Amino acid sequence: MLDQALEGVTVLDLTHYIAGPHCTKLLADYGADVIKVERTGGGDPARHLGPFYEDDPHHEKSGLFLHLNTNKRSVTLNLKVTSGQFILKELVKEADILVDNFSPRVMPGWGLDYPVLSKINPMLVMTSISNFGQTGPYRDYKASELVLFGMGGEMHSIGMEGREPLKQGGNVVQYEAGAVAAGVTMAAFLAADRDGQGQYIDIPILETQLGGVDRRHAALLAYQYSGQISTQQAGWLSGALASGTFPCQDGYVEIAGGGPLFPRVIKMLGAPAFLNDPKWLEPGTGSNPEMVEEFNTFFLPWLLERTMQQVWEVGQRARVLCGPLYNTADLLKDPHFTGRDFWSGIEHPFTGSIDYPGPPFRMSETPRQIRRSAPLLGEHNEEVYGHIGYSKDDLVRLRERDVI
Amino acid sequence: MAKLPLEGIRVLDFCVVWAGPFATQILADLGAEVVKVENVHFVQPLTRGFWIRPTKAQLEGLVPMIGGYPDLEPGQRPWNRCPSFNNLFRNKYSMTVDLRIPSGMEILKRLIKECDVFYENNVTETMDKLGISYEMLKEIKPDIIMVRVPAYGSTGPYKNYRALGVHLESAIGHSMIRGYRDSDPTTNSAIYMGDYAAGAQGAFAVTAALHYRKRTGKGQLIELSQAENAISFLAESVMDYTLNRRVQGPLGNRNNFGSAPCGAFPAKGDNDWINITVSTDAEWEGLCRAMGDPDWAKEEMFSDQFSRWQNADELEEHLGEWTSQHEKYEAFHILQEHGVPAGPVMHARDCYTDPHIRERGFFKRLTHPEAGTHDYPGFMFTMSRTPPVMRQVPCLMGEHNEYVYKQVLKVSDEEYAEIEREGHIGMDYDPELV
Repeated sequence: MLDQALEGVTVLDLTHYIAGPHCTKLLADYGADVIKVERTGGGDPARHLGPFYEDDPHHEKSGLFLHLNTNKRSVTLNLKVTSGQFILKELVKEADILVDNFSPRVMPGWGLDYPVLSKINPMLVMTSISNFGQTGPYRDYKASELVLFGMGGEMHSIGMEGREPLKQGGNVVQYEAGAVAAGVTMAAFLAADRDGQGQYIDIPILETQLGGVDRRHAALLAYQYSGQISTQQAGWLSGALASGTFPCQDGYVEIAGGGPLFPRVIKMLGAPAFLNDPKWLEPGTGSNPEMVEEFNTFFLPWLLERTMQQVWEVGQRARVLCGPLYNTADLLKDPHFTGRDFWSGIEHPFTGSIDYPGPPFRMSETPRQIRRSAPLLGEHNEEVYGHIGYSKDDLVRLRERDVI
Repeated sequence: MAKLPLEGIRVLDFCVVWAGPFATQILADLGAEVVKVENVHFVQPLTRGFWIRPTKAQLEGLVPMIGGYPDLEPGQRPWNRCPSFNNLFRNKYSMTVDLRIPSGMEILKRLIKECDVFYENNVTETMDKLGISYEMLKEIKPDIIMVRVPAYGSTGPYKNYRALGVHLESAIGHSMIRGYRDSDPTTNSAIYMGDYAAGAQGAFAVTAALHYRKRTGKGQLIELSQAENAISFLAESVMDYTLNRRVQGPLGNRNNFGSAPCGAFPAKGDNDWINITVSTDAEWEGLCRAMGDPDWAKEEMFSDQFSRWQNADELEEHLGEWTSQHEKYEAFHILQEHGVPAGPVMHARDCYTDPHIRERGFFKRLTHPEAGTHDYPGFMFTMSRTPPVMRQVPCLMGEHNEYVYKQVLKVSDEEYAEIEREGHIGMDYDPELV
């Protein structure tokens, strides 16, 4: 068996839904032992969110949960009661990292905040992911994917002028926050290993958007620099020729071909005579409606005569930045990803073998390995609690009292 | 003050545009010494600006994030003034070397010996042409960690395909699940989630490899396909297909979890909007109280979460009438006081005046020698023992040549003069480059 990068790292995972579980999934998939602490009763609420295997809303069949929790172990624990809090503290003694994504009042309310836990284990790295951070006037406000993107991200400049602004697909804001949290947590773990002392990390999803590379960081600085505020610019109205989303024969293609990239577009189009005029390379072509129309009179029919794949191939030969608008069916059958063995078939007792998104990155010495599929609720209670000294009889009592 | 987590780790930054620089910025904020390798005789496309010598007219034709230079002036050295560049290069060093001539490659080899991580996000063939590969690096520095971040992968039919975030996201199905429910995808705008995903997870990959190197002494090659990496951010949609063969379409501002209302609603003001997501009965009751318990909300068709989801269009029309009587911040606070997840759609000016963001000290004032004094977006995280600090303002091209050559490579003054004569050193691009 090949090595794992994070072998020997123990993570106590008090996260639920998406942002936190994505963070601990990265740690687990690259080798950490992640113990997922789920609430008694229903467990992680993501177990109750779709898509479900065969559309059956069963808590062991949520595709969202199955994806986010590979390679983790699951225990149930009621942190609202004293015995539950006591058991958690026992687990903290043996953990290197604790990640939670409760709202900021919850962990302190249970007497499980960093000052308490760091006394039990001074080496502990504790990462709290929250909507707005552990301090500040919005600390206790509620949020959603949409709310966080609208406040932190560049939502206001997406969509058509005069219509409502648009979010991105799915729940990507929460994945982004989880990804940032994973790197920062590991860096703090390296520092703890070096200095013999852990620390507390505050990851506000809002700030992972404000400081994030998907346009917001640059739009903020541009406002400071120039006083300009970005506006909604949809489709090929983005201020440059051959730039935006265009229809083609069997779907749509996305192209960025304006400004200094326009010579590549000319090459892609086979250098038609009318584009020989040097006026096409001058600044401001994209905001000149007559030139846009003149260009599109040629360009739009050219696209409609070609499929997504054809535009993509011809474009790439001319080094044009472009791509097809695939749906998931197109994506799953694309030969590039199947040829690279990207999709991971994972066995699970409730679904059989299903294809999941594969490794986000490939490490030559320590490749990602799927050691186990997402755990059943409380599957590892005996194993984990047995390890810290609880007998089978103890576990029966704890179960009776709804502690586990 | 405690040492920063990655202090002592040197990263050679061969990155372009956003996906790579975002990763090395996270590493730099965590304390790594990131050295950007540049060439005064060659322009990295779309990195230090759309053009390196734009005219004022060209700047005015660009979207603000690319063209919003200080006071909309290109300045003497425009390549040091582009907002989308300067925001990714704080805490980094910049050195110049001309890799097109043999002495440049010799300098690079000496640099490789002194670094821990080599990070690049170019199209696969670019590194091949330069003769840079993991094998080559390993020969010089056996425990090096090399991170390659091509658009689609360093193998396979698309290994030399070029893309910005928006293109590879289209190819992995993101563009088909975002956008208005009643329009085709041409009405949507470009987004760059793929750059974000690549940067954040690339930085994580480096920390994981550093831990492994610490334990075993071994470096390694990490290949991050930006497309594959971003697919996991769309897992719900992918899994709906692999579990049920269902192809999802655009949901607008709604979600897949049955929330209703769920959308951006008009607020009083010029193009102002308030986002609201209601997923439970308690949140719905809060929303009704916030609106003063209007009669329409008592109708049977809105009586439980399922019926609200089924009748969302009608519900949202009513709600929009209420929101349009309130300013977005006013609606935000009323709704939050009643426990409703809601928030204003904020543009840049809102962010700079927002009391929460200011109180948390997110913005950091920096004085940049060629851009002036401004409040820059700050760090995405806080750490109790090793808080990130603004050690350096965004690097000017070639600003740290003396440091890198004389202190890192221990080059003598005479040798430095020779290297300068060969054309490696500079702070200005060749005059004919645009």
